[in-house]
Amino acid sequence: MVLQGFYYTKEHEWVKVDGETGTIGITDHAQKQLGDIVFVEVPEVDTELEKGDEAASIESVKAVADVFSPLTGTVTEINETLEDEPEMINKDAQNTGWLFKLRLSKKSELDELMDAAAYEKYLEEEEG
Amino acid sequence: MKTLREKEKTIFELGGSGKRGMDLPKPEGLAPAAISGPCMRGVAPDLPDLSEVEVVRHFTRLSKLNYGVDDGFYPLGSCTMKHNPKINEVVASLEGFKWSHPMLPYGMVQGTLKAMKMLENALNEITGMDGCSLQPAAGAHGELTGVMMIRACQEKKGNSRQIMLIPDSAHGTNPASSAFSGYEVKEVASDETGCVDLKALAEALDENVAGMMLTNPNTLGIFEKNIQKIADMLHEKGALLYMDGANMNAMMGKARPGELGVDVMHLNLHKTFSTPHGGGGPGAGPVCFREHMAPFQPTPVVDGEGGYHKLNWNCPDSIGKVHGFYGNFLVILKALAYILSLGGNGLEQSTEDAVLAANYVRASLKDDFHIPFDVPTLHEVVFNDKLQEEFGVSTLDIAKRLIDYGIHPPTIYFPLIVHGSLMVEPTESESKEEMDYFIEIMKKIAKEAATSPELLHDAPHDTPVRRLDETKAARNPVLRYGGGKQ
Amino acid sequence: MSRFFPLSDDDRREMLRKVGADNIQSLFSSIPENGQFKETLNIPSYSEQELLNVFRELADANTPVRSFAGAGVYAHYIPAAVDSLASREEFLTAYTPYQPEISQGTLQSIFEYQTYMCALTGMEVSNASMYDGATAFAEAILMAKRAVKKKNTVLISDAIHPHYRKVAESYLKNLGITITAIPTVNHRIEMDVLVTALENEDVFGVAVGYPNFFGIVEPLDEIAAAVREKAPKAMLISVTTEPLAFGLLTPPGEFGVDIACGEAQSFGNYPGFGGPLLGFLTTKQKLVRNMPGRVVGQTTDVDGKTGYVLTLSAREQHIRREKATSNICSNQGWCMLRAVIYLALLGKTGLKELAELNHRLAETAKTAISKTARFKVVPGMSFNEFVVRSDADLEDFVEHAVVNGMFPGVRLSKFGLAKDEMLITVTEMNTVEDIHRLVELMEAAK
Repeated sequence: MVLQGFYYTKEHEWVKVDGETGTIGITDHAQKQLGDIVFVEVPEVDTELEKGDEAASIESVKAVADVFSPLTGTVTEINETLEDEPEMINKDAQNTGWLFKLRLSKKSELDELMDAAAYEKYLEEEEG
Repeated sequence: MKTLREKEKTIFELGGSGKRGMDLPKPEGLAPAAISGPCMRGVAPDLPDLSEVEVVRHFTRLSKLNYGVDDGFYPLGSCTMKHNPKINEVVASLEGFKWSHPMLPYGMVQGTLKAMKMLENALNEITGMDGCSLQPAAGAHGELTGVMMIRACQEKKGNSRQIMLIPDSAHGTNPASSAFSGYEVKEVASDETGCVDLKALAEALDENVAGMMLTNPNTLGIFEKNIQKIADMLHEKGALLYMDGANMNAMMGKARPGELGVDVMHLNLHKTFSTPHGGGGPGAGPVCFREHMAPFQPTPVVDGEGGYHKLNWNCPDSIGKVHGFYGNFLVILKALAYILSLGGNGLEQSTEDAVLAANYVRASLKDDFHIPFDVPTLHEVVFNDKLQEEFGVSTLDIAKRLIDYGIHPPTIYFPLIVHGSLMVEPTESESKEEMDYFIEIMKKIAKEAATSPELLHDAPHDTPVRRLDETKAARNPVLRYGGGKQ
Repeated sequence: MSRFFPLSDDDRREMLRKVGADNIQSLFSSIPENGQFKETLNIPSYSEQELLNVFRELADANTPVRSFAGAGVYAHYIPAAVDSLASREEFLTAYTPYQPEISQGTLQSIFEYQTYMCALTGMEVSNASMYDGATAFAEAILMAKRAVKKKNTVLISDAIHPHYRKVAESYLKNLGITITAIPTVNHRIEMDVLVTALENEDVFGVAVGYPNFFGIVEPLDEIAAAVREKAPKAMLISVTTEPLAFGLLTPPGEFGVDIACGEAQSFGNYPGFGGPLLGFLTTKQKLVRNMPGRVVGQTTDVDGKTGYVLTLSAREQHIRREKATSNICSNQGWCMLRAVIYLALLGKTGLKELAELNHRLAETAKTAISKTARFKVVPGMSFNEFVVRSDADLEDFVEHAVVNGMFPGVRLSKFGLAKDEMLITVTEMNTVEDIHRLVELMEAAK
């Protein structure tokens, strides 16, 4: 089930918007694909990210996934618990497993992202 | 697979004061020590003191937890786990070689330099190339060296090209070596026959491409039938062709890369030329190249003109040094011993037997395991777990179950373009009896997958340790005795 | 027919039948006709007995002498147990331990090696080996570059092994990294020169020898303090070609060095004309994700039993491909095994005694050489190698000594350095009589 109330990308990231701030993570589908996550690298606070910039990386035992920033903005907060508990992403990818928060500078970019229904359809097509 | 079940303690749990495992001469009349100040060590490193017998027991027991080529079938695809002849070790242990020092005057190391030249010549004959550098210490090191040579060659021509093309079936070292030479990697797709898709290549190829790294036969064991065409396409655009020679065991005496349009390549002496893998090295990854690439080879170059051997350091266009000295010389000796044991005919025979063995295994198992690319293969064959998937059995389970039957698993989950791949390379070193046993066991495992999959999920059953928790190892790394978060 | 082939003629026929091929050549039909090699490779073959003679003849063409050669490769006595244990086929003929259930011998040996190297260097983490000291050094610089983003200059002391410097140049030149030399006076760094060099804000790494290439033990405490003060973000890299010195020297970890690397051939590996060698690379726990090469970690199996696996693999080329921390795959596993067996035999007591023996023999040589008329020891605290300066023709001197069965040391001009200097290395393989003989030859130098 794809959760409602999030924006989604084709790279399996989610964005939750609260005013000017976007919280970013990887989707439940993505964490299942990766398997047991062992390490997460998040950007430093104050990093300025353009949409599409490499922002974070997530390692499982046998794979690694780069997370590209789905939006443009400045990093305001990072999820520090992931340093000691990367498994948080496996447990609750779209809640406590968030990666970082951005102060959004181009909110219009949100229009290019998918809603839950579109992402669900995208997943079905991808699995084909 | 091994009956020895007891765990061997780490060496740091053994030992005690007053013991020693090594005694030393005690010369008289020595000057006093003269280390002082902040650089004088206060506390000696905390190493255990052990007697010789305890050290011997410890490492002998550890050795028994291992499985080597001498133990049995080792069909690791792309690794070419062939027999390691015993004479190789004798040759590399000759006093005159093992004590030869790299900074001695050339006149004192003529035998060493001559042996290097002999191997260079033999490798040139095998590959049809014009020159060879023995400096790279491993396959990936050879790749790096070869790609650096491509870069130097392009730059000499005034080309600051930025892209290296790599097929999607390539070994991970290829893109990594390209990146370490400052190249951007562009992947080229494979076609339905598992070979480079020429249309995709044509699309990717432009004036910004410096070269292409091609493994031939590729990681599916398939000969790149269009290699000459690929070379022509590259050369026409001013790009160069690098061949990853990891699979040279499939071609010796049958085809020579130098005659197929390859500009530069590497060989893995620890694969094709029988030097032992040593649990992960040392290998050796000589690069062979055509005449036009010679100016860019690493320095120094062995020069044997007139029968007197020396090292030539005066190579203005060279990429420089890639090794502290001249490469893994003692490994080089082992490869030379192997080549001279077989000679031209024997090398060709080893290729023929290796290819026959792989095709025999393939023909014998084709109804039990799915072959994703059903085209002719040379020295290895790639199966996958497609027929077993419906029982919830994966490639990993099949691999681990093989261990229960005393067989080393094949290479698994590589190449990446095959889902759940099992890559089998028997080499020429296996008797028909060994192969028939492997075939019988694989058929048995295919049946077990259908009837009692839990046998596979729980495998291996009878090893010193069973499946290990790799997630735990990576989440809280304990990388030394007493290390990790306490 | 070669002794390496276990197939009989009947086997081959039967296998061809199973494959459905008429003859062996038809299995090669995927090679285009015009690309097939139709001749026989022109390489002779020898019986095992003849082969041994071929190689004996080559080995005998090397001149055996008493030697004071070092400069990055050291002749130390190797106990018989090292050769015997390392030649066990289960170690020697095994592949990289990708199947941990049947590779615990290799894996536990690596884990023990990592522990030994950490104890020796005072660092927290060691990898499973690199090709050699020179490539370990080049990779250490690249590692520092990854750890310190947005800076592009590395400072390299002129007292680091010239070959290491050359290899680093090859590795770095295509990656947009600038190398700036830290000039030395009398083969050591002067603090004010270092401090000036550190004013460059682009510096991500500072590399110094410890002991340096010329054998001198430089004040790593002062160097580390300067780096911390002037370039707090930069990584301090120490390079050691003779880690036996750590039996007497304060380990780099105690001075806060970030990456301690170098060559560990001294531990149980033959000089072998400079290969195979054993590069080591040790670092701090917090930098481990930037580290190149394989590493082994401890874990448990499904029954809760302790075991070892290759870990943190997501850094490596087979997973991260072009974004890997290194392209290294095969390393120097067996050389590492020899080192760990050697260190196990040596132990805490042996390490200290052997280090002292090397050092005091070298001091004995220094004292005696200082008294000669034409050779002077370049001053500085040293471990087991040192530089002498002479107004004699060193090329002639070496030639004359070799004729007399003695290689007296490596002329620095072989590295493109001073023509009037020579690097002399003394290990436990040299006797007091060797030293006397060396001094006699020096007295006689023209």
